[in-house]
Amino acid sequence: MSARVLVGVKRVIDYAVKIRVKPDHTGVVTDGVKHSMNPFCEIAVEEAVKLKEKKLFKEVVAVSCGPQQAQETIRTALAMGADRGIHVEVSGKDYEALGPLQVSKILAALAKKEEANLIILGKQAIDDDCNQTGQMTAALLDWPQGTFASEVTMDGEKLKVVREIDGGLETIKIKMPAVLTADLRLNTPRYATLPNIMKAKKKKITTVKPGDLGVDVSSRLEVLNVEEPPQRQAGVKVETVDDLVGKLREAGKI
Amino acid sequence: MAALFTARRALVVAAGRGVRCLSQLAELPELHQMMRQTCRDYAQKELVPIAAQLDKEHKFPAKQVRELGALGIMAIEVPESLGGAGMDYLAYSIAVEELSRGCASTGVIVSVNNSLYLGPVLKFGTDEQKRQWITPFTTGEKVGCFALSEPGNGSDAGAASTLARQEGDEWVLNGTKAWITNCWDASATVVFATTDKNLKHKGISAFLVPMPHPGLSLGKKEDKLGIRASSTANIILEDCRIPLGNMLGARGMGFKIAMQTLDSGRIGIASQALGIAQAALDCAADYAHKRTAFGAPIGKLQAIQFKLADMALATESARLLTWKASLLRDAKKPFTKEAAMAKLAASEAATFVSHQAIQVLGGMGYVTDMPAERHYRDARITEIYEGTSEIQRLVIANNVLKEYQQ
Repeated sequence: MSARVLVGVKRVIDYAVKIRVKPDHTGVVTDGVKHSMNPFCEIAVEEAVKLKEKKLFKEVVAVSCGPQQAQETIRTALAMGADRGIHVEVSGKDYEALGPLQVSKILAALAKKEEANLIILGKQAIDDDCNQTGQMTAALLDWPQGTFASEVTMDGEKLKVVREIDGGLETIKIKMPAVLTADLRLNTPRYATLPNIMKAKKKKITTVKPGDLGVDVSSRLEVLNVEEPPQRQAGVKVETVDDLVGKLREAGKI
Repeated sequence: MAALFTARRALVVAAGRGVRCLSQLAELPELHQMMRQTCRDYAQKELVPIAAQLDKEHKFPAKQVRELGALGIMAIEVPESLGGAGMDYLAYSIAVEELSRGCASTGVIVSVNNSLYLGPVLKFGTDEQKRQWITPFTTGEKVGCFALSEPGNGSDAGAASTLARQEGDEWVLNGTKAWITNCWDASATVVFATTDKNLKHKGISAFLVPMPHPGLSLGKKEDKLGIRASSTANIILEDCRIPLGNMLGARGMGFKIAMQTLDSGRIGIASQALGIAQAALDCAADYAHKRTAFGAPIGKLQAIQFKLADMALATESARLLTWKASLLRDAKKPFTKEAAMAKLAASEAATFVSHQAIQVLGGMGYVTDMPAERHYRDARITEIYEGTSEIQRLVIANNVLKEYQQ
């Protein structure tokens, strides 16, 4: 039985909230807005806890990078069954500029430090939709990766991963240690039961700084402008295919 | 000098505890926020989609009750050693509100099991009784009920005409209980019966009776205006024999057990009423954004705005009273007056808000396509059961007068 699964969990604006762009166009409004765990990270935590319940792993460690509030996200993971948490403290301007490259450097450093055999992440975060952290982490560690996983099973010493790709489903076998990213259909995350929420209170969260892990979180990217997508215009209804072709010609599209 | 330090530290600690209590009214502690999220998610995903159907078919949500049991919600205050979640009453109040926001019937099923059945056994039961009558009722597999009211007396609880006589090593119960919530789906009940008629209300005792049981039968399911997924019927006791060990608390303690249980139960019903009020407000506010009339969403009209303001005010005021009652109970302070205030305020808020919600929706509020009509029907009972609004006013008045005792 391998020792450790590392699960990355990101605190994002809740999926149900209507996003508003800041008046200065430097980002979106986050103050006073409801935040919760990224839905794909919930799926990642659920998968990790399931693997532990199948006795394939001994310990699930939840990791989050961010300000003090990131601990709430870690505690949600603990209430779902993770054993302990690591909060990598990044706040202020560093946090605003935090992106996949820095996070994957942090995760890679932690994976080595914690001697993790498996890293499970959500395939992407619903705020930036980058879909990069998993892949970058695997590359930095030179580990195999199973991204967009919709099914994960142990096949002897290897992991069999069914991946959701554009053409359908692809099945691969990868050796551990490895990185997986969770896709929507991997599982249905459990509710945090009340007894588990109580138990989570007693589980440990350690705080570290990126510097402690030898990671420089300065960003090479600069956000120039953030704006809302253009308002959707009403469409035009046509009666026949000929009408449609005619309209497309008029608009200069064909 | 040392004594001064100790005294100051004690003061700081005490003040901290007090501040924590007050700030809980302003913002819930993290534990309660997490628990509220679980309940809200569950209600949204599992209860909202089926609530209308459950109401139409008068169907007990057995699957959902089992799932709630697995989440620990059927026995929130019960310690972990007995199979419960080991949380406080504030958590319980929040849970019932969130669930009721999804389905009011499910809310009352959870509330009756927690407050009216598990409550008295937890408080007055022996260790053996707790093992036998609590643990199996924490998982959602079994629910309990509470049999106090009779056809001849509801508010007049001291006039219990159900009798219990001792015969050898058994109690024999005879009588009829009315309006018992959950009874068609329950596996046990707390029954109140007179053991000493000449002692009047001090001659009432409480008993634990398994269901089904020889000598115990159920009347027809009442066809109610609202909370139709929760079964309500008479319990008829005809020479119902139970072991002596099934008496709960001491002989003659029944009335006190009933009143204390109802004090806590009122917080549960207040929470249910809050959930109904909130659901009705959600419905109305959403509609106010979407429905256009006179060239703009109706939310722009002051008439609608004033309604929404009054609805939100009534709900939030009642919520604060309910939370205060819960916090006092958790701090083991007297909470009878506050619980009565909470139940009164919340139930009247529920009927007011759901009434106004239909008004905001206009014709759409009157048809089953929208949940507003169900909230209106569900709300009505909250002013009646577990102490009518009139009884609540008497309880409050008694407490107020006591405070000003000459």
